Amino acid sequence: MKSKINSSRTIKVDYLARVEGEGALTVKIKDGSVSDVQFKIFEPPRFFEALLRGRKFSDAPDITSRICGICPIAYQMSSVHAMENIFGVKLDAQLRALRRLIYCGEWIESHVLHVYMLHAPDFLGYQDVIQLAKDHPEIVQKALRLKKIGNDIVTLLGGREIHPINVRVGGFYRVPTKKELASLTANLEWARDVAVETIKFTATLPFPEFEQDYEFVALRHQDEYPFNEGRLVSNKGLDIPIREYENHFVEEHVEHSNALHSVMKNRGSYFVGPLARYSLNFDKLTPLCQETARSVGLGETCNNPFKGIIVRSVETLYAIEEALRIIKNYEMPDAPSAPFEIKAGVGQGCTEAPRGILFHRYTLDEKGDIVNAKIVPPTSQNQKTIERDLKEYVKANINLPTDKLTWQCEQTIRNYDPCISCATHFLKLNFIHE
Amino acid sequence: MANHRKPKLAVWKFSSCDGCQLSLLDCEDELLSVVGAVDIANFPEASRAVMKGPYDISLVEGSITTPHEAERIHQVRRQSKLLITIGACATAGGIQALKNFKDVKDFISAVYASPEYIETLAKSTPIADHVFVDYELRGCPINKYQLVEVLNAFLNGRKPNTPAYSVCMECKRRGTVCVMVAQGIACMGPVVHAGCGAICPSYHRGCYGCFGPKETPNTGSLSEWWKQLGISENDIVRGFRGFNAYADAFRKESELHEV
Repeated sequence: MKSKINSSRTIKVDYLARVEGEGALTVKIKDGSVSDVQFKIFEPPRFFEALLRGRKFSDAPDITSRICGICPIAYQMSSVHAMENIFGVKLDAQLRALRRLIYCGEWIESHVLHVYMLHAPDFLGYQDVIQLAKDHPEIVQKALRLKKIGNDIVTLLGGREIHPINVRVGGFYRVPTKKELASLTANLEWARDVAVETIKFTATLPFPEFEQDYEFVALRHQDEYPFNEGRLVSNKGLDIPIREYENHFVEEHVEHSNALHSVMKNRGSYFVGPLARYSLNFDKLTPLCQETARSVGLGETCNNPFKGIIVRSVETLYAIEEALRIIKNYEMPDAPSAPFEIKAGVGQGCTEAPRGILFHRYTLDEKGDIVNAKIVPPTSQNQKTIERDLKEYVKANINLPTDKLTWQCEQTIRNYDPCISCATHFLKLNFIHE
Repeated sequence: MANHRKPKLAVWKFSSCDGCQLSLLDCEDELLSVVGAVDIANFPEASRAVMKGPYDISLVEGSITTPHEAERIHQVRRQSKLLITIGACATAGGIQALKNFKDVKDFISAVYASPEYIETLAKSTPIADHVFVDYELRGCPINKYQLVEVLNAFLNGRKPNTPAYSVCMECKRRGTVCVMVAQGIACMGPVVHAGCGAICPSYHRGCYGCFGPKETPNTGSLSEWWKQLGISENDIVRGFRGFNAYADAFRKESELHEV
């Protein structure tokens, strides 16, 4: 006995909470089936690609980091790698390792923020982490300490946690001493245990059965779990160098969104982020990560986006272990940055932001000034997949009461930890029952 | 009669990167105490729950860049006893105010294939250009300890301690040798508002102005010093046109050097 409201209705959320930025969603249900889904981004455009024109190559990491306060390191990394590809700069092993280390800090900080503060409340039925803290203060206190350890890495290497100042083309302005880095070790060792607990905790959350057939896209590196380098690969046969990105991916501008939608040429939507990285790079995780993942029943690939919360926890553990490894092997390099000569050219950079691949391409003139720039953030790459998930999810759960379905639709979006600041920025959810 | 109701705190976002409101969540050690002292009445980045206004304190992040935002800020003002702007976007227009120096139509077509879908104002402007602002907290991003200080001050009815002197004072205090004098590195420190703790010079880098102009900045003198270091007119313009490009003192100085 279907209730009457279920056969035709519109579900509306005007301002989606617990995401970074401003967005909305409209789901139209007509005669018991989903007629339209629009994941709308109404974050006002800030025109970064245009702002960059005429700026110096060295401004790019500072300016692009301001696209997103949650993942500034990702912007700094993609931009400096693009510039270094133009100038032909090679970093020595320790500088390269420090770049991985600062990225570890950002993954920890961003993943823990999402796992505990933005996503876990959905599974446990809380409006927010503050309500969660009232009932379970010990969980939230641990989470805050864990998050802080990620921020401590970024602050030590970057100068501050939001919009760090120390990353430059060629390396850093200043590199830490062995002693400074070693000061992080004790906390990271504590964090390793808490990250294992986090994986076990998130695996106990209630997950809907929702396996989808995705095309996962991530970087893959021959020796390591990917941060800054590698080839772009997918589970459906893509295997290209970063510089060929634009031959395979195109952006479309759609009317309901201030963000550009990215699609794969002739193939359509694809999936970037933790689930994609994990499913394409399971063999590169540490033994402890693999073992813990297996022990909670997570396979080598994961096609249920709701389980992204477990995968983020596994990646948090990875980042902690990798940070410990880098700190242990650290020797202070002779110079904080590698020398280079400025020249004209076109360069691409693509790195693994917490939310997935972030592509940058710059054209420089002979003075090193930016002629044009292109930036493709992870959320705009996932936007089409998010809409597809919503359609499938609503189809499978069409008989739920509106308030429950609305919350679960929000959760379906939050699975992606969408950063609308990146994709431009504001999420709003509307279900329209026609 | 004493009123034991907790003050209601709301956080509002306009055109921005979310970094300044994230500073609140980044107060890992202080967060639970802060949320214990107030009711978080509206903070969409952190919570689904929304309480109706009026609000005792509104923190406003971001600049005004669309016609809709220009209306929405008045609604926020009407519902707020105290309105505090946080960060360079809200206090000076932010990095997106670089468009104020160009034709916005070129900007839209540079980014979007279908410009007709995009609604934007010609300029990115600070909140104080639109409504009365009770207090401005500087920075790109703000310093989270200053945010806690400002909240603490207003909750306890005192004036916040956020000095308006220059970054140079902070360098002296932490014992950093002047990078401009000793190493000839172009630094904006002498004209920039304190607040970050003089991070860049301690990393062997010149200040690039995240906190905007200090009170009574002598920008003309700084430009002269930069010229003596061999900095070109174009680079002086780019120096002043950073994250606080549209702050009066920086805008005027940059215009003097435009070729």
